[in-house]
Formats: sequence, structure tokens, C-alpha cells
Amino acid sequence: MLEEIKAFNNEPDNSPEGVLIRHVYSIEAEDFSSAGEVSRKIKNLLKQLGVDSELVRRAAIACYEAELNLVIHSWGGKLTFQVTPNLIQIITEDEGPGIPDIDLAMKEGYSTASELARELGFGAGMGLPNIKRCADTVIIQSKAGQGTKLIINFNI
Amino acid sequence: MNPKINTLKEIIEKLDLKVISEGSDLNRAVEYGCCCDLLSWVMAHGKKDAVWITVQAHINVVAVASLLELAGVILASGVTMEEKAIEKAREEGITILSSELDAFELAGRLYEMGIGMKS
Repeated sequence: MLEEIKAFNNEPDNSPEGVLIRHVYSIEAEDFSSAGEVSRKIKNLLKQLGVDSELVRRAAIACYEAELNLVIHSWGGKLTFQVTPNLIQIITEDEGPGIPDIDLAMKEGYSTASELARELGFGAGMGLPNIKRCADTVIIQSKAGQGTKLIINFNI
Repeated sequence: MNPKINTLKEIIEKLDLKVISEGSDLNRAVEYGCCCDLLSWVMAHGKKDAVWITVQAHINVVAVASLLELAGVILASGVTMEEKAIEKAREEGITILSSELDAFELAGRLYEMGIGMKS
């Protein structure tokens, strides 16, 4: 069981019913050359579905930040994209190392990113706050030494 | 001076920029400018239809420009972009430009043209 559960913004909706579309992508740690590929695919899918362009943009930005978090911070994981009649969900689940202090991780400017990530212009501690800003609901479940699950919801 | 929206084509001509990747539409209107080398910052604050001045030239710059629907990227100070990133930009229809001018001067010149100017 994951120990820490934090919900931000509105009421969390963790188990939507009536999933219309679901895609699961595998994301490797430190694979900066492919970072953004999954977000691009999801953005195109949302456009094809005729989702409002401002919502597509918000979802794409949050998705890219979540994808980058897996590349920068995790030991690898998966990103699930699913759509229900009234919800777009982006869920990332990784294999570790977990977040010891979620409140600190949510703080703008705090980061544990590697030198490589920082040289590329990432790791400024802005990812999670940016996800929160773009999304309608963000839920983080994490335990140090295990993994992190991030659920990002957008109301349609 | 008043704020003015310029096209990418007008900016290329006035600033004598080199076209690295032509992108999907050089007649696209540029409404804002952004001068930053921190990709995280651009992700959080970059505006749609902005032109982004940076000395970062790796493949993730293309991903950020694409996801944020930026009008284009100007590589400052003669920075060169790796071939793989240029290919990606062409594939995604992202305009990449370059200049020998530094970021400060490029931003100043764009502002003089009325881009991003507060009315």
C-alpha cells in the first residue's frame, strides 16, 4: 500500500467509470531524446477527438511535465492516458525511488534533479506546480523507497 | 511606439535570421517574445504564438516549442542545433531560426518592432 496520499485542487476522482479510450506508454529513466513523444501522441489524440484547443494545450503541458518527471526522477515507469465522457486522465506510475516529502516536492523551486537534467534546462522545481496549475485535480501517492503514482484529471 | 504583431517572415527579414527549419507557416503571426534558457520556466510561462530566444539547442527545445504551440524559436549567439533536433523540428513543423546576435540584442530588436510591447 502506498502510504502518503495528497489531493490538490478539487475533489479527487480516482476511479472513473465508462472509460472510452485508454493508452498505456512505457517511459524509460533518463531517456531525454524521446521525452515529449508520448505527450505529442496524446495531444494529437485529443485534437482528433475534437477537445477544446485550450484544454488540449493544458493537458499537453501537464502530460509533458509528468513524462519528464518519469525521465528525470524515476527508475522508469508507465504513463496511462484515458478518457471518459467527462474526464481526461493522465496517470503516471513509477518503480521508485518515491517522494519522501510531497509538500516539499510541490514547492516551486525545490528539485532533486540530476546535473544532466539541469544542464538541459530542466530540474528547476517547476514541474509539479505547473501540472497543478494546468489540471483540474492532481493526486499524488508516494512512499520513499517504493514508487510514485500521479493522477492528473481534466474536466471536459 | 505601439504594440504590433509581426509575421515570422517579417522578423526573419528585419533581423536577417538564418532559417534552420522552415516550419509549417512563416506567415504565422508572432504576438509575444520569450527570452529564457530554462526549459522548465518556458513550460510554465511560455505563451502560445510567442517567439522563443534561447541558446539551448537540443531536441527537447523542439518538444517544448511544439507542445506550447510557440510561433518559433530563435537560437542566439550563433548557437548550432544538432541534426537530430533539426530533423525533429522539420517533422513537427516547428520553425527554428538562428542569429549571430546575442539574446539581449535579439530581444531588444523584437521589442523595437512592437512584439510583446505593453500598450
